[in-house]
Amino acid sequence: MANFPSHAKVVVIGAGIVGNSVAYHLANLGWRDILLIDKGPFPNPGGSTGHASNFIYLVDHNKEMTQLTVESARQYQDWGVYTTCGGIEVARTETRMTELRRRMDSAKNWGIDDARLLTPDEIKALVPFIDESILVGGFYTPGVGVVDSLRFGTLCREKAEAMGALTAFANTEVTGLGVENERIRTVETTRGTVEAEYVVIACGVWAPKIAEMAGSHIPLTPTVHQMADYGPVPLFEQSSKAIEYPIVRDMDVLMYERQDGVGLEVGSYAHRSILHDPEDIPSNEAAPLSPTEFPFTQDDFDPQLEDALELMPSILGDERVGQKYAINGLIALTPDGMPLLGETAEVRGLWSAAAVWVKEGPAVGRCVAEWMVHGEPSIDVAQSDISRFHAHQKTRQHTKRRAYEAFPKTYGIVHPAEQYLSDRPLRRSPMHEWHVAHDAEFFEVAGWERTQWFNANAPLVDKYGVKARPNEWDARWWSPIINAEHLAMREAAGIFDLSSFAIFDIVGPGALDSVQRVAVRQMDVPVGKVVYTPILSQLGGFKSDLTIMRLGERVFRVVTGGAHGMADLKWFRDHLSDDAALVDQTTAFTTIGLWGPRARDIVGSIARADLSNEGFPFGTCRRVEIGSQLVLASRISYVGDLGWELYVPMEQGLRLWEELWAVGEPFGLTACGMGVYGTTGRLEKGYRAYGMELDGDYNVVEAGMAPARIKDQDYVGRDAVLRQIEEPPAALLCTLTVDDHTSPNTGESRYMLGRQPIVLADGTPLTDAKGRRSYATSAGASPSTGSYILFAYLPPEQAVEGTQLFVESFGERYPVTVRVVGARPLFDPDNARIRGVAEAATT
Amino acid sequence: MKVLVCIKSVPAVAGRITLTADARAIDTKHLGFAIGPHEECAVEEAVRLIEAHGGEAVVLTLGTAGALEQLRDALALGIARAIHLVTDGAEWDPESTTAAIVDAIRADEAASGPFDLVLVGNEAGDSADYQVGVRIGRALGRPVVTAIKGLSVADGRARCEQEASGGRDVFELPLPAVVGVLEGINLPRFPSVPGRLRAKSKPVEVSEPARPAQRLEMQRLVVPQGAAKQAVVLGQGADAAPAVVEVLANLGVI
Amino acid sequence: MATALVLVTTADGAADDVSQQALTFARGLAAGGPVHALVVAGEPGAEGVPAEAVAAGLGTWGAAQAHLARHPAFETFAPDAIAAVLTELAARLDAGVVIGPGTEAGNTVLARAAARDGQPFAANCTAVTLGSPTQVTRQRWGGTLQEEAALRGDRAFFTVAPHAVSAAAVEASPAAVDAFTPDIDDADLIVRVVDRVAAAVGGISLAEAKVVVSGGRGVGSADGFRPIEELAGLLGAAVGCSRAVTISGWRSHVDQVGQTGTKIAPNLYIAAGISGATQHMAGAKGAKKILAINKDAEAPIMAAADYAVIGDLHQVVPAISAEIRRVRGT
Repeated sequence: MANFPSHAKVVVIGAGIVGNSVAYHLANLGWRDILLIDKGPFPNPGGSTGHASNFIYLVDHNKEMTQLTVESARQYQDWGVYTTCGGIEVARTETRMTELRRRMDSAKNWGIDDARLLTPDEIKALVPFIDESILVGGFYTPGVGVVDSLRFGTLCREKAEAMGALTAFANTEVTGLGVENERIRTVETTRGTVEAEYVVIACGVWAPKIAEMAGSHIPLTPTVHQMADYGPVPLFEQSSKAIEYPIVRDMDVLMYERQDGVGLEVGSYAHRSILHDPEDIPSNEAAPLSPTEFPFTQDDFDPQLEDALELMPSILGDERVGQKYAINGLIALTPDGMPLLGETAEVRGLWSAAAVWVKEGPAVGRCVAEWMVHGEPSIDVAQSDISRFHAHQKTRQHTKRRAYEAFPKTYGIVHPAEQYLSDRPLRRSPMHEWHVAHDAEFFEVAGWERTQWFNANAPLVDKYGVKARPNEWDARWWSPIINAEHLAMREAAGIFDLSSFAIFDIVGPGALDSVQRVAVRQMDVPVGKVVYTPILSQLGGFKSDLTIMRLGERVFRVVTGGAHGMADLKWFRDHLSDDAALVDQTTAFTTIGLWGPRARDIVGSIARADLSNEGFPFGTCRRVEIGSQLVLASRISYVGDLGWELYVPMEQGLRLWEELWAVGEPFGLTACGMGVYGTTGRLEKGYRAYGMELDGDYNVVEAGMAPARIKDQDYVGRDAVLRQIEEPPAALLCTLTVDDHTSPNTGESRYMLGRQPIVLADGTPLTDAKGRRSYATSAGASPSTGSYILFAYLPPEQAVEGTQLFVESFGERYPVTVRVVGARPLFDPDNARIRGVAEAATT
Repeated sequence: MKVLVCIKSVPAVAGRITLTADARAIDTKHLGFAIGPHEECAVEEAVRLIEAHGGEAVVLTLGTAGALEQLRDALALGIARAIHLVTDGAEWDPESTTAAIVDAIRADEAASGPFDLVLVGNEAGDSADYQVGVRIGRALGRPVVTAIKGLSVADGRARCEQEASGGRDVFELPLPAVVGVLEGINLPRFPSVPGRLRAKSKPVEVSEPARPAQRLEMQRLVVPQGAAKQAVVLGQGADAAPAVVEVLANLGVI
Repeated sequence: MATALVLVTTADGAADDVSQQALTFARGLAAGGPVHALVVAGEPGAEGVPAEAVAAGLGTWGAAQAHLARHPAFETFAPDAIAAVLTELAARLDAGVVIGPGTEAGNTVLARAAARDGQPFAANCTAVTLGSPTQVTRQRWGGTLQEEAALRGDRAFFTVAPHAVSAAAVEASPAAVDAFTPDIDDADLIVRVVDRVAAAVGGISLAEAKVVVSGGRGVGSADGFRPIEELAGLLGAAVGCSRAVTISGWRSHVDQVGQTGTKIAPNLYIAAGISGATQHMAGAKGAKKILAINKDAEAPIMAAADYAVIGDLHQVVPAISAEIRRVRGT
């Protein structure tokens, strides 16, 4: 064995599926001097990889997860450690069968084309030991397989070692991390201290403990997943392979069953949430099995056994088949269910590759390596970016509470708008009590309690004749009040609490250079100008979209959404000039939005300022006196109407709100929730949203957001944009409307919630020249036009206004029409309202 | 026939043993509990006896409330019912353990007839006292054999085999009798799912005997510090073979 | 000064190893007095070495007085009868201490004697300080753990754990032999060996083997033991295994080395694919030299091994067999 080095370019901590894969991909991308260490032995150091069930289900509703899984499957297959066996998610109930139909929508969205629904008889033909009489049907993915994750890890090490890039040490425990000037410098281990330029924490359930050594945070909770092995199964004794029968996920009871040699492995997510701390995990020496295989708690499992027995009585009812092995295996859960990838927000050069399952491991290895080497991964992992977290989300308690709540949903039917209920309220706006008094329905974003709609506005529903949605799924986490608030805003004005905005100032001599470097649009604008701009990755995909106000020669204020704000903040900080500084103002200011045809009247009645189009043009900002407050007013709108965003110190927010409310009521001012702001208001105005339409897979040309002229100053993604505007777009973002909401099967009116495939009349999905499927990136009502809008990227052949297509939802097809190609709004296409020239022509 | 099997719930120790701060117990924070290895075989033996001869097998433990899990394990394997003498976690010495078990046996026999056989593990997996079975037999006036690796019952007699140099010694006892079983007497089965589910509804009789003064009283546990050796590494993989053979020759093994 | 009475069991015409150690231990007891020994034997004539000579020879290990109980019942093992004699003798001698070897036989007889005498009993002690109470250090978990305990009785009954002390001879002076024929109650003869079944011929007894080759979980299957059997054959060794192997059904329990299996004492122990869990090492402590073959250079067994080969046993073991054949020219 080589001597333990005193220096390495990168130290990868953890030799499970993730650490091995990161090390290999770094080597493959040309890095050398890679050191991989683990406190346990090779090839199974005792982390979660060692007890993983190792099966790969390909289809997830989440695009990023599906992309990571499909890429991982490819790598496993390339190295010959993937055994295809197929997988069936079975439904015992009609409700679950409906969910499986939604799975089919997702399979079509992400191009898993061999997936199909099965009848109980078809399930029985594939899985002869199942009792199909209790089933309604199943969702079958023939490409599902089982991998040898330990072998894959060993191959990673061997290949990286063969390149002369890697030295790996087992039984080497990290005892400390040295940080200087917020940059990682050393890793202290039981074999000695090694200096390193980069450190990757890839040690799963131990990651929080290691991160804390550097003053950083990797918020995950080790959580128990119970597994037991039953055998020997007489039927399996004739098998020639380790797995011959499809893996069954018994979704309604949150369990799975799979053949493993002569045994049947049964896993459960149905037991109570059993959470631990990384500090609870024993050493390899003290652990009775492996450190992450905790003693089985039979009582927790027994109720599930009855369910398993019911589904597979011929195996599990056999008295000769015994429970041979059973563990409480530890897995890692995060506050929002997504992995934790990327450079940590606190320490430069300290990277996280944690909360990753075997099904994502190889792809995560590749993405993290690409990110480190090239600055950008080839799969957009924005939802997994560890820099997404706000401070409270990094705490142990919050992480645990969310994990506790999320664990039972592992196989659950999770509504796209489903809210977490635990650990709330955490962040309250200054207007919170006012909202409570007006019977607000709160949703949570980034810890903020945000009003989705005000139940106090219920009378508006009748006033505007808004129809309810008949189907419970469509109506869940929704209210017709949203549409009514919308119409009230368009009729008179609406007031919005936008306290959750993330706000940060870029200041100093290098401020202009700093914002120029990341903004697509020209930032060298006069003081008082407000610029809405995309933010791109080097590859030309979207990183964000946000607004920047030039408040001074050397002062720019960046305003972005709360959900994505911390990642944006890190991006700007990473690209700061040496002579610029970033000041986080998020909790210094609250933002109140006031828009609608009467906005000028309302604000003007207490403002000492010229609010005319000439005196305060669209796209500008300035300080104005409103009552006793000096308010930064910015004349922009995400709902596409006349009005302002008003910035005041947090503690003055309520006062401003109350004053505006008092003077606004006579004008018909309505308090509106984020349902209007985030959905109805923006959709009919054609406004795109980051994370919906805008992600790393699409570019500014395709999104209809290409700048009229490419600014001379360099910025991240500029080369890519120059290329993109030269080549014909493979797809164009279009606005479609639903022609008929009637379900062909039930006759019920159905409303799509987004992420449904756009197809031809015969159900054929649309695939663009880059292999991407067309799907509804956003969906929602346009109350002003009375239509229902879907945004979707369509290939050029279909991106023609007037084209008739279909949207497939729960397996049923509904006719849709392409109404707009590009960014032109469906409502007020000339933008007369926002420009303030529409008062006379108010509809 | 009617068979009683006495089990002890012991920590499922595998790796390094660590003690609690007061050194009066094994730190079981990371450990599960299991039926002691000899007793696991005794349970299997009891189930087999009942399968062969009919009747009822009963399992008994003196242990904490948590030991119910091990009773359920035994019930899952085919034992009919359980007697749980619940302790507060303090250790019971062999004499007081015996007294509690004997009281329970007498009570059960008074209610539902005598046990033909009382099976115990040869020695407890943890405290290894080597005497509870002997003392039960003495107290009940029944013959006791220990270290048994073969057991059969016929015509009211138990044939018990014990490993001895070059063969097996055979005891023949009239029933009722007490037998201390060694691991290896059988290969215990794993609990089936139906067995596990049946176990949930099987009766467990619970009582809390009083703990008398202890005459063999543990005061402190010590993990012996074996002198760690530094092994001479003879090589990696198959290439090490010549070096190994040289060592074998030096040791006079070849 | 308490009189100590030691139960001596014999093998091959002399006190067996653990009985020698028990006598040595008795001699070294603080506050101990004269050491008496009890040997039981059947009718004279059948033995190779006369029991009287065996008894007299106990002087070598420090017994001042040897008591030889001759009775036809003692032709075979009769633990209750021995316990009866031991108890009566202890009372007759007013022995403050009754000691036995920490073997299956010693433990069962001492437990029976203590029960008859209404006394507590401590098995497998490694240290004893007489007093009130008597302080003992005894083995738990097959010796993986030790217990310090108070033994509160009118007479201290305990056994001495194997190898707790090394047997040490004294200036040879034969013990005075007091031969007698005890009265034995029929009830104490119910438990008695009535038959002996010979073991299947062939194979080397694990407990007595001079070389043992064992495989662990790393062997992977029953078939996986073939190379291990081959190497054992070449070395004239017994094949052993760990508990993981037995539980998996790959080998019979008779091959199991460990706390609940066989405790071995070979000159060389070759452990292939065995991590060295405490359960296992409790049975392998008696090995004089240990060669570990393991993929994991940091496996716990390495801290107990004298020699190590780092590598996959599936490659290493056949290579060693091949090398032996090459050296032998076969």
